[in-house]
Amino acid sequence: MSKGGRGDFKLNMKRIILLLTIALFSAVSVRAADIPPQRQDELIYLLRQDCGSCHGMTLQGGLGPPLLPQTLANKPEALLLNTILVGRPNTAMPPWRNFLTVPEATWLLKQLLKGINHVP
Amino acid sequence: MYHNSSPHRAQRNAGSWNAEQKLTWIPLRFIQATHWFLLILLLWPIFLAADELRGSGDLGVVIERAKGSVLIVETSNHTRLAEVSGLGDLSHASVVYSRDQRYAYVFGRDGGLTKLDILQAKIVNRVVQAGNSIGGAISQDGCLIAASNYTPGGVKVFDANTLELLADIPSEFGNQQRSKVVGLVDAPGQRFVFSLFDAGEIWLADMHNSHIPQLQKFKSIGNQPYDALISPEGHYYIAGLFGEDGLALLDLWNLAAGVQRILPHYGRGREKMPVYKMPHLEGWAMASNYAFIPAVGQSEVLVVDQRTWQAVRPIPVLGQPVFVRARPDGRHVWVNFALPNNGTVQVIDVINLTVIKTLKPGKAVLHMEFTPRGEEVWVSVRDEDKLVVYNTETFTEIATLPADKPSGIFFTNRAHQIGL
Repeated sequence: MSKGGRGDFKLNMKRIILLLTIALFSAVSVRAADIPPQRQDELIYLLRQDCGSCHGMTLQGGLGPPLLPQTLANKPEALLLNTILVGRPNTAMPPWRNFLTVPEATWLLKQLLKGINHVP
Repeated sequence: MYHNSSPHRAQRNAGSWNAEQKLTWIPLRFIQATHWFLLILLLWPIFLAADELRGSGDLGVVIERAKGSVLIVETSNHTRLAEVSGLGDLSHASVVYSRDQRYAYVFGRDGGLTKLDILQAKIVNRVVQAGNSIGGAISQDGCLIAASNYTPGGVKVFDANTLELLADIPSEFGNQQRSKVVGLVDAPGQRFVFSLFDAGEIWLADMHNSHIPQLQKFKSIGNQPYDALISPEGHYYIAGLFGEDGLALLDLWNLAAGVQRILPHYGRGREKMPVYKMPHLEGWAMASNYAFIPAVGQSEVLVVDQRTWQAVRPIPVLGQPVFVRARPDGRHVWVNFALPNNGTVQVIDVINLTVIKTLKPGKAVLHMEFTPRGEEVWVSVRDEDKLVVYNTETFTEIATLPADKPSGIFFTNRAHQIGL
């Protein structure tokens, strides 16, 4: 995938800038109130249906790993947030930054860490 | 129904009639007769239906992924016949059919394997055979059902009648690791073929002895095979690779030749776009010696000449393809797409290798299934809770059926196709 050269450097710069943005944002805590209820529903739907195509609709894993609170608990939140927004190189995990804002991703991550199975 | 002081009983006990009994008996009997008549009238359609024999060649199963239920549908009149629930987590599910086309075997995400009688619309057997499963296959002789599993990684083989476990094939590689198994298909010679996602291997299991599979392993076939297909005559097995550009080809008529890489570097160093949904390789989209395959991470359908296995020019399409399916006559190829283009379906003409039609069935198109001879195609539209049926000649919408978050559509004609 990475064929070297300027493209790679540009890509890395993008990543670094994004990481800095994330670091800044995650310092500010995101409350549920910041995401309108309708958007919250959309995000949960996206999580179940679209993230679910790899992680399973009940988030118990598929081609991607499970996203249950117990499997995420020992991982640093910044890493998880970064994974959602930027993806993971050399794996099937794509970046979701074109679909999610940083506060939205932060909110979703919070729900994942709490466990979303009670959410309809 | 009878009252305690029933006139019948009174009649039998007394053995003789009196005027008082007669008076109460006659109206009661009259009422009962009317009730019986009404009941029979009400149930008449059911008696009729029970008497009516029907084949199952025009039936199919539609997965309702969120509810863990399936619809039994009928393609001749575009109707829903029944809904059957209790199939577990169907967020990813696939179906194979018994050769008599009466039973559907449904493989669910949660490792559930359900045997469904589609004529009686009921579950006849169900086992939870793994923690996390991706799909399955039925053997050439129809006697074995194989399931491919992610957790614990491997393939399990069951008796098609009883769902009794006959053989367990753990997908072990390297240092006691187990790989997720994908791309499981049946092959002639009572064999199953499948790919190991984490190990980059293709395994061939000879099932002549259903308890003791004879395995042949092909290693280093490429990085992360994500799915596979077999050609309709069972000659070629092709695994798509996620971890690199290219596909792995195994000639089942010439196993000594091993696995050959085809279409290497089809992305030609272009940056791969993020993939929001894994492409699926199902059936063999094939026409005039060309096979049509979804590109991973590119908005293209790859075209490969089956005589030489060389790339023909790729066809630019709207988004990243998920399913690339040929109409049964092979003249057109229908394509659906990953997010954010999953509301659209495009149709490719195989003569000019160009897109000739763009359709918008609705939000989140997940699957397309052709009727056996291809005059119609059924499309599942998840976010609009519907199935849309198109005429494949005029591209007009001819029917819409409600369905709860529909995903896979499986018609019974798959029963007689190798690899489906």
